[in-house]
Amino acid sequence: MAMEKDKHYLIGVFSDHDDLLHGIEDMRAKGVKIHEVYSPYPVHGLEHALGYKRSWMPKAAFGFGALGTTLAITMQVSMMAIDWPMIIGGKSYLAVPDFVPVSFEMTVLLAAFGMVGTFLVTRDLKPYKVPRIFDIRATDDKHIVAVDLAANKLSEEQISSLFKEAHAEEVYRRDFADEEKSPSFISYMVDLFTNGVTRSSRISTHR
Amino acid sequence: MQIISEVREPLVTGGKTIKDVTNDIARHVENQPTRLWFICMAISIILLGTGGYFVGDLAWNGIGRWGLNKTVQWAWDITNFVWWVGIGHAGTLISAILLLFRQKWRTSINRAAEAMTIFAVICAAFWPVIHMGRPWVGAYWVLPLPNTFGSLWVNFNSPLLWDVFAISTYFSVSLVFWYVGLIPDFATIRDRATSAASRFFYGILSFGWTGSAKDWMHYEAVSLILAGLSTPLVLSVHTIVSFDFATSVIPGWHTTIFPPYFVAGAIFSGFAMVLTLMLVIRKVYRLEDYITMEHIEMMNIIIIVTGSIVGIAYTTEFFIAWYSGVEYEQYAFINRATGPYWWAYWAMMTCNVISPQLFWIKKIRTSLVWTFFLSIIVNIGMWFERFVIIVTSLHRDYLPSSWVYFTPTIHDIMSYVFTFGLFFSLFFLFAKFFPVVNMAEVKAVLKDSNSKVYRARRTLVNEPLPQLEENTVEAK
Repeated sequence: MAMEKDKHYLIGVFSDHDDLLHGIEDMRAKGVKIHEVYSPYPVHGLEHALGYKRSWMPKAAFGFGALGTTLAITMQVSMMAIDWPMIIGGKSYLAVPDFVPVSFEMTVLLAAFGMVGTFLVTRDLKPYKVPRIFDIRATDDKHIVAVDLAANKLSEEQISSLFKEAHAEEVYRRDFADEEKSPSFISYMVDLFTNGVTRSSRISTHR
Repeated sequence: MQIISEVREPLVTGGKTIKDVTNDIARHVENQPTRLWFICMAISIILLGTGGYFVGDLAWNGIGRWGLNKTVQWAWDITNFVWWVGIGHAGTLISAILLLFRQKWRTSINRAAEAMTIFAVICAAFWPVIHMGRPWVGAYWVLPLPNTFGSLWVNFNSPLLWDVFAISTYFSVSLVFWYVGLIPDFATIRDRATSAASRFFYGILSFGWTGSAKDWMHYEAVSLILAGLSTPLVLSVHTIVSFDFATSVIPGWHTTIFPPYFVAGAIFSGFAMVLTLMLVIRKVYRLEDYITMEHIEMMNIIIIVTGSIVGIAYTTEFFIAWYSGVEYEQYAFINRATGPYWWAYWAMMTCNVISPQLFWIKKIRTSLVWTFFLSIIVNIGMWFERFVIIVTSLHRDYLPSSWVYFTPTIHDIMSYVFTFGLFFSLFFLFAKFFPVVNMAEVKAVLKDSNSKVYRARRTLVNEPLPQLEENTVEAK
């Protein structure tokens, strides 16, 4: 049974990232709500143009780093000074300067792993994720701007003409079936072998 | 469209477009390996296999097979350990410190340099593990795990335990940093894949990356913080490795200059290895437009700087040995230069202090042949540095009756060969299956890296302009 395609997007394709930035600013000023922009590389200033809040990854890193320091100091003090106090090489049980290297390493270790884990979890990046790909050129050489037609008051024609004013090279419509549930791991694996990682229904013909 | 920059040489030459970057880099992953790759891989596997036989023998019969003797209880094992860790440092330096300093020239070389770091640290970790004699219980002894002997814990006062934490943290953080950087490029290859196997393989590896603006925003924050974490980490790792020696009481080791000296030496040898590998990859994969003479010259300049720091460190050690007034310390250093291992000391001085100074001459530092030759010389010199520190300090102790001369056995040599086989096998596998240049980062600097006055400057110095594509324009 063919799935009903009930999500409608207007896609604008840009080559130049300056056109993209100015175009997005103009379109947002004229009341267009942009669903998301996909780029092959990070475009500086894009997050500001889209009105995104600053990344909170530094806070996650700090939190995990602080946890690492606390764990390291607790571990060393409890093992060396409380559980098995022993004088080695004339050093005291609580040889604080000697605890610095391990404390530092554990701070870095937990900060790095904690932050990257947070990044992967919050951005829902995982090995068996099926991404919704609006245009396959987004990982190659084009910037792809997706506008959800249902979320906008402007008509498809109006948005299309705004895209053209913003120097979009190409404007076209994509329709998707709205799948709220992610596929299971097994169905994903089956899908990989039959249709490729990005399901055929989701791959744009625009290459 | 390529725009030519105003103030500096372009980072990517040949009038490349963003599409060209994808095609040029992804092509090596998508195409069948070349015959040269098979030859290199075969040689690496032979080294790995023959060396592996001797490593198996060491595990079976014990490290008495090595040439260690009554005073020289560390020799090639710890020399190789420190050398391999040092090799790894350039990768982190390029990816982290140069990222923090906004050095855009790092983008073409950071991926391969980080891969080199990871493989070099694997080779480094092999040495202390095998050196423990019974590696199968190594993890049990060095990690703070509850054990069956009662509440007995590892010794957190020991620099050798600090090493365990330093190297394992360094390895895992470098691996994560490298992998996070690879995700967008895996997505590029996934979206170009034509075979089911590549779609499957790169689909898994790319973690469902789409390149959305939100993903990129968090990704950049993560990269920057990982760089910020890795920078002190890379300095701490070799500092801690130097503590293995500096916190002891052995004349020749008990030296406060060791931490900065070891870090500078590590960057020095690491950059030399990056150069050796980059020159090969550049040629084999025809990446001359991405790894330009500008990149090679910049790395050669870093080699001059770090080589000079190392030279100053050698001199300072001698001065402090004399200035300390401790006769044992003075003897240790005179013995290094004039004793039975004089040849190793002077090989070190020639390779590390004299030869890099040749890079002051522009013709030499912009010559591929000279760069390749000197990069190997520097690596030989840095191996000798660690050998001199370890063996010359140990072979003559306070009792002349126990003075000995260390000579390596075939087992010393072949276990070193094993790590070469391991390193190159991993590196060639990486070079075939992973993108060797960071496509996303190169694309990001492509536009900024080129200039409008570049053309004017070339004209001023009467240099011909490079052949650019029709779609190349000058910025207004």
